[in-house]
Amino acid sequence: MGVHAMRAGVLAGGLLLPAWSMADWTLNMTPGVTGTSNEIFSLHMTILWICVAIGVVVFGVMFWSILAHRKSEGHKPAHFHENTAVEVAWTIIPFVILVIMAIPATATLVDMYDTEESDIDIKITGYQWKWRYDYINDDFGFFSNMATSQDEIYNRAAKSEHYLLDVDNPLVIPVGKKVRFLVTANDVIHSWWVPAFGVKKDAIPGFINETWTRVDEPGIYRGQCTELCGRDHGFMPVVVKAVPQAEYDAWVQDQLAAAELERQLTEKEWTLEELLERGERVYATACAACHQANGAGIPPTFPALKGNPVVTEDLPAHLDIVVNGVSGTAMQAFGPQLSEADLAAVITYERNAWGNNTGEMITPKQVFDYKNQQ
Amino acid sequence: MTGSPQPSTRSNARVIAWCLAGVVGMFGFGFALVPLYEVFCDITGINGKTGGRYESSVPLERDESRIVEVQFLAQNGPDMPWVFKPVTRSIEVHPGEPTTVVFYAENPTAKAMVGQAVPSLAPAEGTLYFHKTECFCFNQQTLQAGETVQMPLVFIVDKALPEHIHKLTLSYTLYDQSVMGEVSRIKQAITTTNRNG
Amino acid sequence: MSAVIDTHAGEHHHGPAKGITRWLFTTNHKDIGTMYLVFSFAMFLFGGSMAMVIRAELFQPGLQIVDPEFFNQMTTMHGLIMVFGAVMPAFVGLANWMLPMMVGAPDMALPRMNNWSFWLLPCAFLILASTLFMSGGAPNFGWTFYAPLSTTYGPPSTTFFIFAVHIMGISSIMGAINVIATILNLRAPGMTLMKMPLFVWTWLITAFLLIAVMPVLAGVVTMMLMDINFGTSFFDASGGGDPVLFQHVFWFFGHPEVYIMILPAFGAVSHIIPAFSRKPLFGYASMVYAVGAIALLSFVVWAHHMFTVGIPIAGQLFFMYATMLIAVPTGVKVFNWVATMFRGALTFEAPMLFAVAFVILFTIGGFSGLMLAIAPADFQYHDTYFVVAHFHYVLVPGAIFGIFASAYFWLPKWTGHMYDETLAKTHFWLSFIGMNLAFFPMHFLGLAGMPRRIPDYALQFADFNMVSSIGAFMFGATQLLFLLIVVKCIRGGEQAPAKPWEGAEGLEWTLPSPPPYHSFQTPPEVK
Repeated sequence: MGVHAMRAGVLAGGLLLPAWSMADWTLNMTPGVTGTSNEIFSLHMTILWICVAIGVVVFGVMFWSILAHRKSEGHKPAHFHENTAVEVAWTIIPFVILVIMAIPATATLVDMYDTEESDIDIKITGYQWKWRYDYINDDFGFFSNMATSQDEIYNRAAKSEHYLLDVDNPLVIPVGKKVRFLVTANDVIHSWWVPAFGVKKDAIPGFINETWTRVDEPGIYRGQCTELCGRDHGFMPVVVKAVPQAEYDAWVQDQLAAAELERQLTEKEWTLEELLERGERVYATACAACHQANGAGIPPTFPALKGNPVVTEDLPAHLDIVVNGVSGTAMQAFGPQLSEADLAAVITYERNAWGNNTGEMITPKQVFDYKNQQ
Repeated sequence: MTGSPQPSTRSNARVIAWCLAGVVGMFGFGFALVPLYEVFCDITGINGKTGGRYESSVPLERDESRIVEVQFLAQNGPDMPWVFKPVTRSIEVHPGEPTTVVFYAENPTAKAMVGQAVPSLAPAEGTLYFHKTECFCFNQQTLQAGETVQMPLVFIVDKALPEHIHKLTLSYTLYDQSVMGEVSRIKQAITTTNRNG
Repeated sequence: MSAVIDTHAGEHHHGPAKGITRWLFTTNHKDIGTMYLVFSFAMFLFGGSMAMVIRAELFQPGLQIVDPEFFNQMTTMHGLIMVFGAVMPAFVGLANWMLPMMVGAPDMALPRMNNWSFWLLPCAFLILASTLFMSGGAPNFGWTFYAPLSTTYGPPSTTFFIFAVHIMGISSIMGAINVIATILNLRAPGMTLMKMPLFVWTWLITAFLLIAVMPVLAGVVTMMLMDINFGTSFFDASGGGDPVLFQHVFWFFGHPEVYIMILPAFGAVSHIIPAFSRKPLFGYASMVYAVGAIALLSFVVWAHHMFTVGIPIAGQLFFMYATMLIAVPTGVKVFNWVATMFRGALTFEAPMLFAVAFVILFTIGGFSGLMLAIAPADFQYHDTYFVVAHFHYVLVPGAIFGIFASAYFWLPKWTGHMYDETLAKTHFWLSFIGMNLAFFPMHFLGLAGMPRRIPDYALQFADFNMVSSIGAFMFGATQLLFLLIVVKCIRGGEQAPAKPWEGAEGLEWTLPSPPPYHSFQTPPEVK
């Protein structure tokens, strides 16, 4: 097919434009790595070529007329203005083509809807603006935030290879297993998409949707949220790591152990320096997108934290807002999303960064007690 | 305007009347779509929203030859601080057999709160065949500060469940229905702070 | 526009009033048509400048110019203004100017309502534009305003947005009633339905679509209003509502709406192509039936915008088949236009250039529409730049090129002067190249996996975005040329004869250029 020729043509045409080493001139959909995505790809190509063929015929006739039937060429106009046979033909023939196209499309759709007999069930929850993955069978879960730094986004640092498509905790799945996804959302509608799997499903608050995939090739696959979900819609990537079964099992054990460790962290005695260090990292992933890395916020929607009396004075209110959120605003309840250690660290950080030098600290244990004694 | 072919005002009035009737009708139709969609979903189950209390005069027949797995999920709506989870994560049942499972809820805050669980079932095709005879989702739940509760759900999977469905997932999202006087006070404090710079 | 002033000797007892009152209180179809067109062009530049902001931000990866929050306001306002402010009023303007002249009437049937329906529009858009300066910013939830992003999570200005939509809805409905009354009651003797010019036919069907769906839009925004301000929960899951219901109701309006924006262009092009082919339109009757079929089908395809929301398979299949079916009547129209050109004696003045580009590029948009109709493939295309490419291909070279073609076709009639053909051809070629440069690469971006409505993108999308931005700037800047051409044409130029185009047909060409203030004082006889 002509993709190579087209690519060469576009490349030639694009020589005048600067190109980054990272950038490529991908023209077409990629076949992906699952049965579904391959079926979709072949449907896509079939329809594309049918359209190209129809286009060649229709535009061919048209350009023939444009070139040959010009008044300037001395062409005299004909006077016909109807022909029942032709008109019937060009109604029936497209209809038949459509029926031919509908058959494989229907088969693919039926297959995509077959979520039965899954090996693993994973619940995906969309939040503004991150994903949460819950491994239902193993009873653990975690949030997945974009890992690209604000510095890269605001052009203060060089952009990394997977700019905007990197997360702190990717979804991990075993290869060769049917994974069923149960998709929902916490706040607004999101949509979970991994192009290489051919899986896209809307995450709707209060409702549960299901879809599935089976990946045979280990690797890291990237996608994005595809339903406008507010300010940082463009900054909630999906990263899926497909690993061999043994590696997956080990990873699950690690996760369970890490959850246990998290519980122990709450009990640990923390110093101000330790909390500040941890807090800075938490702030960068959980807070900086709205309140900005320098704490200046984007008033009025996202208030400044720097010099804010709630942050510099009223510790109980500060704790309450971070843990329980502010209803009706973009400030969500981080209590259920972050561990006690992270909550304590980020609050301590906010009270000491950017000249908010209160010198105050709050320990994970205090946060734990607060959450349970409210 | 004048001009000789004065349009018949009567026929204009008739066109306007018909058009306005159409406009009013379609405006009403827009709103009618809400109950229509509701009814359509009740009949077809397409949005996965399970129905209210199931009552049947004839007891449902058990189908011992078939096993269906029913899986339970629970999550909180935005800013809902309760602990909310199914005690049984998954259970295998025979169609026609009444089964009881329990959900656990805890209000860890210092004030009484009201919650409402909203059900959703996947696959949506199974919605029509999932009957609840008793459910905490039929009513709002009020929990005092620190109170915990075990909330029962009694359900029957219909024998007529299509053959190809072997697993049903019932998901509840718990929403905060309390009046949030406390929170709006804080919200106001923030906006004031903000305005002051 | 002084040129519109009646120069017809002997009948100036009904000439226009002087000064501003002429425009404020006018009930004349030509004055109102002019105001609609001027307003629409102003909105086109306003919405277009927002597109320039969007493309400037997307010129390079990273955030350079605007905050993502403001970017979302730009995409939302761009969509709303282009759909409701630029394209729809432009067609109403064309209808006002041309319908009475095409059916042989002195004016529109309901002239006072006509004035009212125009003057509501600036009010509506003043309200909408004012949201840009409100605390919390303008609507930022996309022109499709999906709940709950637009209800529970919407900015405070959402209520003003709803109010603006109500007003523009009332304006459109009044415009539609006027069109229907004019066409049904004021046709010249002998002009039976099947002798009506196609522009009249397409507008009649468009008007019925407007009456059927604008109230549904009013209904859905009213429900939003109640959810936001009166504590109902139509679309709020926590109160027993359903966010997906919003999408069903919205797209029940939304899909016919896209045909509202294209059918009148079909009509206009069906006049222009025969005129410059010097050959009658091929298949008049099948053209009429095709438009009717498209309009009817548009009511049963709405859920193809929602293939990924989790509709059960039976629903998916129904909406997929129904959507594919639309390709049949649309194909018939394209084939008819090509057959009209076939063996004609073609010349390529500006209206014809725009009309031919319309057929080619709209067909490309139709092809991508057909691809999108295939539900399994749509799971990959949905909400990516492929969709953005698709609807810009049907709206820019479809609706907008249709409007430009009409404007050049009828400008000599309206003003009494010929426009500058060289400048007009320059306008065409720059628009054509700019438009393709801007929107064709978006197909590639979408297929490579770039989601729509994002202010920043991964590095592999960088090159095509830059190409696209360059094309968009080119297209945008070119439109100022159109302003120049029109102003020049109004102020003077070669005198236009009653029928400036050799092959043009229809009653409007029997009137002098410019036509008298009241078009047909005595109804013409149609054989």
